[in-house]
Amino acid sequence: MVEIRVNGIDVAAEEGDSLLQAAERAGFRIPALCHHPALYPAGSCRVCVVEEEATGRLVTACDTRVREGMSVLLDTERVRKARRTAIELIFSAHPLHCEVCEENNACSLKALAAVEGISGRELPFGQDLRTVVDANPFYLRDLSKCISCGICIRACQEVQGVGVYEMQGTGKLARPSAAMDTSVDSSPCEYCGLCTSLCPVGALIAKPFLHQGTEEKRVVTTCPYCGVGCSLELRVRENRIVGVAAGVTASVNDISLCVKGRFGLDFVHHRDRLRKPLMRKGGELVEAEWEEALDEVAARLAEVRNRHGPQAIAFLSSAKATNEENYLLQKFARAVMGTNNIDHCARLCHSSSVAGLAASLGSGAMTNSISDLSQAEVILLTGTNTTVNHPVIGQVLKQAALSGGSKLIVVDPRELDIERFATLCLRPRPGTDVAWINAMARVIIDEGLYDGDFLRERAEGFEELREALRGYTPEETEEITGIPAAGLREAARMYAGAERAAILYAMGITQHVTGTDNVMALANLALLAGNLGKGGAGINPLRGQNNVQGACDMGALPNVLPGYQRVDDPEANGKFSLAWGRELPSTPGLSVVEMMEAARKKEIRALFVLGENPMVTDPDVGHVEEALRSLDYLVVLDIFPTETAELADVVLPGTCFAEKEGTFTNTERRVQRVRKAVEPPGEARKDHAVIMELAARLGYRMVYETVAEIMEEIASLTPSYAGISHERLEEGGIQWPCPGPAHPGTPVLHVESFPRGRGRLTPVHYRPPDELPDKEYPFLLTTGRLLFHYHSGSLTRRARSLAEEVPRGWVSFNCEDAERLGLREGDKVRLTSRRGSMLSRAHLSRRLQPGMVFATFHFSEENANLLTNPALDPVSKIPDLKVCAVKAEKVEGGIGDAPAPAT
Amino acid sequence: MARIETPADLEQYRLQLREKFGKYQYAVSVCGGTGCRAYDCINVFETLREIIDKKDMSHTVNLRLTGCQGFCEMGPLMFIHKNGIFYVRISPEAVERIVESSILGDEVVEELLYKSPADGRRIVHQQEIPFYNKQRRFLLAMNRDIDPLNIDDYIAKGGYGSLAWALFESSSEEIIDIIERAGLRGRGGAGFPTGRKWRIARQAPSPDGIKYVICNADEGDPGAYMDRSLLEGNPHQVIEGMTIGAYAIGASEGYVYVRHEYPLAVHHLLEALDQAREKGLLGKNILGSGLDFDIKVSVGGGAFVCGEETGLIASIEGKRGMPRPRPPYPANYGLWGRPTNINNVETWQNVPLILQMGADEYAKIGTEKSKGTKIFSLVGKINNTGLVEVPMGITLREIVYEIGGGIPRGKAFKAVQTGGPSGGCIPAHLLDIPVDFERLQEVGSMMGSGGMIVMDENTCMVDIARYFMEFLTHESCGKCVPCRLGTKRMLEILTKICDGQGTNENLEALESLAADIKASSLCALGGTSPNPVLTTLRYFRDEYEEHIVNKRCPAGICQALITLRIDPDTCTGCGACLKICPVEAISGEKKQPHSIDPEVCIRCKLCISRCPKEAIYTE
Repeated sequence: MVEIRVNGIDVAAEEGDSLLQAAERAGFRIPALCHHPALYPAGSCRVCVVEEEATGRLVTACDTRVREGMSVLLDTERVRKARRTAIELIFSAHPLHCEVCEENNACSLKALAAVEGISGRELPFGQDLRTVVDANPFYLRDLSKCISCGICIRACQEVQGVGVYEMQGTGKLARPSAAMDTSVDSSPCEYCGLCTSLCPVGALIAKPFLHQGTEEKRVVTTCPYCGVGCSLELRVRENRIVGVAAGVTASVNDISLCVKGRFGLDFVHHRDRLRKPLMRKGGELVEAEWEEALDEVAARLAEVRNRHGPQAIAFLSSAKATNEENYLLQKFARAVMGTNNIDHCARLCHSSSVAGLAASLGSGAMTNSISDLSQAEVILLTGTNTTVNHPVIGQVLKQAALSGGSKLIVVDPRELDIERFATLCLRPRPGTDVAWINAMARVIIDEGLYDGDFLRERAEGFEELREALRGYTPEETEEITGIPAAGLREAARMYAGAERAAILYAMGITQHVTGTDNVMALANLALLAGNLGKGGAGINPLRGQNNVQGACDMGALPNVLPGYQRVDDPEANGKFSLAWGRELPSTPGLSVVEMMEAARKKEIRALFVLGENPMVTDPDVGHVEEALRSLDYLVVLDIFPTETAELADVVLPGTCFAEKEGTFTNTERRVQRVRKAVEPPGEARKDHAVIMELAARLGYRMVYETVAEIMEEIASLTPSYAGISHERLEEGGIQWPCPGPAHPGTPVLHVESFPRGRGRLTPVHYRPPDELPDKEYPFLLTTGRLLFHYHSGSLTRRARSLAEEVPRGWVSFNCEDAERLGLREGDKVRLTSRRGSMLSRAHLSRRLQPGMVFATFHFSEENANLLTNPALDPVSKIPDLKVCAVKAEKVEGGIGDAPAPAT
Repeated sequence: MARIETPADLEQYRLQLREKFGKYQYAVSVCGGTGCRAYDCINVFETLREIIDKKDMSHTVNLRLTGCQGFCEMGPLMFIHKNGIFYVRISPEAVERIVESSILGDEVVEELLYKSPADGRRIVHQQEIPFYNKQRRFLLAMNRDIDPLNIDDYIAKGGYGSLAWALFESSSEEIIDIIERAGLRGRGGAGFPTGRKWRIARQAPSPDGIKYVICNADEGDPGAYMDRSLLEGNPHQVIEGMTIGAYAIGASEGYVYVRHEYPLAVHHLLEALDQAREKGLLGKNILGSGLDFDIKVSVGGGAFVCGEETGLIASIEGKRGMPRPRPPYPANYGLWGRPTNINNVETWQNVPLILQMGADEYAKIGTEKSKGTKIFSLVGKINNTGLVEVPMGITLREIVYEIGGGIPRGKAFKAVQTGGPSGGCIPAHLLDIPVDFERLQEVGSMMGSGGMIVMDENTCMVDIARYFMEFLTHESCGKCVPCRLGTKRMLEILTKICDGQGTNENLEALESLAADIKASSLCALGGTSPNPVLTTLRYFRDEYEEHIVNKRCPAGICQALITLRIDPDTCTGCGACLKICPVEAISGEKKQPHSIDPEVCIRCKLCISRCPKEAIYTE
């Protein structure tokens, strides 16, 4: 505690506080323009000057640290004059044509002038900076309004870790400039938009919110894109989203958002939104009334059940839908239809995490929290392109590295952006993860780097593991993985040598036929090093979709009921049967890929799809199409006419995140509220209401007055959600397990023990991928995502700025390979695998190893999933989406349009 | 001898060198400072070398191309050590005669000697020239006697002796005590006590034990070239000073931050660093003492603001050179966040000198609070342009009139500007103040790094204020509002006054803005930027008022306010002015008085420079 005096009043300040912080906490107001609490103070605008009583000196409150006994005056004649002069000077270079103020009346400079009684023309006007730069789809830069405060520069460097901007020029010409004064689109800008949100004036203007007017209300909710679970504040006017802001108290993301969250929400109002049910009549999907549609769906489902039995019906639930909706759909499947055939796209991303971690530790979720990454001394990132797929976690990682506190180890077959922040980067061949991870474990054991106490007290299977690692010295695995032995040893020493080291991984680890083995091998590392059950450590699968964790938690899986209670566990089954008033099936149902196979074989006759798009997202979509066409009946409940909906018999218009109440559970198990901001378009209905209607038609009483009631039921049946209610979530998210209403939630799992008792060290052995390049198919195709698009593209391709930035896909080639194939940037190229073929255009990249090609599945017309291999991991049934063999041919007549952004 | 392993080795090596140099019959130093290079001294030197070679005398004559010897007005300069003859303004053609008469013989070439402007007397010896004999050249004297590219010269002159003594005969605390007792204050401008600065850095904790010392060689004041000349002429003394400082503070790494406009300084410094490393005087285990210390050179882009400590540090770190708020001071949180001590070139050069002289002896030079000597670059309207090293406390009058030889062409002295753009203009009635940190500040100026610009009656003080303000608006880094925009608004007002559009309110506005800029700027550049305006307003307010009220520029400088006229009584009608006038504003019959049409005249004053009769004047 430091005692200071402000205007003669004693104020207790914290050590290291600035005068501004201390004074504001004590209720004083000190105006400032260049200050933001999340950024280092710059002392640039000089508006926050105060007078130090002892010396009579004027000091800036933002960057002067409190000292014991310091006394400052906020309102002396000199202070007021200097402050006025600073503001007048700023106005002397700032235009006053605010009748077109793009800041929607949120300009801090204008507000300050109003408070201080400044006209803005006390000094003669003379402006040196005038340019308006419109160089990207996301925001405008109007240098005529820029006050050179440097907030954009600091935000980009300090928070986002990118550094697009730097001051350029001196004196009156000093201004933030991007990419050596060219334009933002030739800079490494990630378009997170933080600068636009912090700019105190209208110099950086987010285009989607330009001239949208002042909001009528603000609604705090959760971002619908990835699993990070960023809190958003939606600004709403006339039933439209007119602005998006971060900075929600106690949020995962603080002031940050990524490009999709900030600029990509206009899909909500897109003209393609489904407004009325569609029914296939005479081969065409035509608009229909809700009653007719619901009656038909109920009747057809009943018919299939009656004729072919409940196992002929299957459900695809959605990782985009809320917990409550997922809960209801699986309840509908099990209690109403009597089948466990329910799954969702988690099968395709992290089923191997769930299986692997459940086997090793007893629970298949991220063990730690995003916020405690900053405590980690070492962070091992593998198979995660974090800055692209979980951009705000990527930003946390960059901050951890920039602060000097954390060293990053990146192990990935591709060169990733995050590597700029890494201490060590290793480049394995795709699909060789078990080999290098085992070798790391071997080094940890051989060099005695393991945590003996931890292993004695909390783990089992050490001897078996040691035995199994015989053939895995770094030298022996180098041949397989391509990782130099020395690098691998260094990684092992760094990881095991740290007091706190975290593992982060994603689909680069899970989407393999050895996915479960990969995950268990990583769990072995964490157990060996004792890196579990404490902050800054753990093994952390980064979940992809906004609510993929929740959809799993809610039992939208064929083998488990909500809270991972097994369908074949008589006790659990009994409990739910009692609660739901129906005898529930006890045989696990089919997984996603198995459903498709079963449909093709006519074993599945009817499929109900809630907000999924398997025609784009599943491996070997040619095969998927065949399966879907074989169905007797396909129902799709979605917000857009997706590629899957085009094949449906009935398409029901649902509601998106902004139109309903509910909860999402993010990747770190944090259950967060989703709140209604706008009305759904047309006749679109809330998804849970649709399920309730169908249940009623099928003779099952499923009635909830509010969505909160559904959560009450979830809590009553799901121990890990027992303490969660919508009411509690008003204060902010809660991380499960939360066993009771007074329980604060669990940021770190396994602090005392593992759900399965002891952590299990599991011997796993290297197996090559199912399909490797050969003479006929000489390239190894690996898949991934882009920062600007999401999943099947059904949302992001309907978000104007995102679609404008990256309108279409491409295939990346290593430059040497491209040269051999005679490919130049933008050339048309055909990729063919044993399963299918697609036409795209070539992008030349130095980030790929020779022999590798990279493509995404965001664009249905050039979809990597036309080629991918549906071979399954035997345990988790996850397909091998990361490795398959393809051939590439140049097609004459280059496309050669907009260059592809770097991947 | 390659590496010098012990202090005894050093002494032995020194004796060897002295013996070796003693064997030369002659030693000749040609000034190779930047000023003399402009006068083609390299050609003089090469000619001399050729002649010596031709005469096969290269092992009897020790030829040196030295750093700046100070008397730039008179370059190229040559000093012959044997007989102390000092030649000025030598042309390559004169070299042969010098060799014959003064090197091989003992004769003096009269017409190449300095000629006293007072009585026309020729002066043979350097010390007898008024420019030199009022100076006390503790630092600059070395420039004349050593070849900066040859470490042996420096060692033979006692170089690195202070370092050896510091490392082996003294403790780091003692060194700081000595510097403190000597009363050394920073020569970079603010005059902060060097010893105290070192002590803070010594006591400051470092997260990993690493500390830095930095030599600030980002000399940026218009007209100033002291540090440049010291670095060009005697880089080893900077290295030695920094090494001693590093030992005292506990630093293991040093940086010299030097502007890229000083290529010769960079070249000499890099060469000197290599030679020092080779000799074991820098790097690992210096002189066998266990001290590890090395110096890197960081070449800056030439931004004035990088002379400010925190701006300089940012620049070394690879960031844009912009100051940040202090505290924390670099002594606690400097380069890469480690305790860092920054002194300028001249300060560092004083360090070995102090250890050599002893604190008490050193403290005898100067005034009570300002000890030692100070180097000034004496430029502007002054007869003896050059670098002068004077004891603190000397009066401005002595510098201007005795050392500087007064104002050319008998014009009247008007003011002397010290402290660069952050300093102020001191008028004639204050010429007798002693030059020390406090007094200069009292009169509204400052010591600065040592620029001293003399102005005569033909200097317009409003124009001068405008000039400095223009410099500052350009050099402002733009980070803080008062400096970025305040200086610009002041410049606009000054420009208006010079254009004859000033009003009385303008003076109030200038004073008001100046007060706010001084009080609320982020760094010293902004905080001192109004000084040239404030001092001229303080001492020459009548001149401002003349511009505003009577729309006259008394010095005849501000173009909008002057009219050029030809005095018909003096004009001989030679037509020189008529021919040079670029706008044909001058007319007149041959051999008849000419006249200027004020409507056409653009006041470029070319005619004035061309008139043999000085018949053209401004009004």
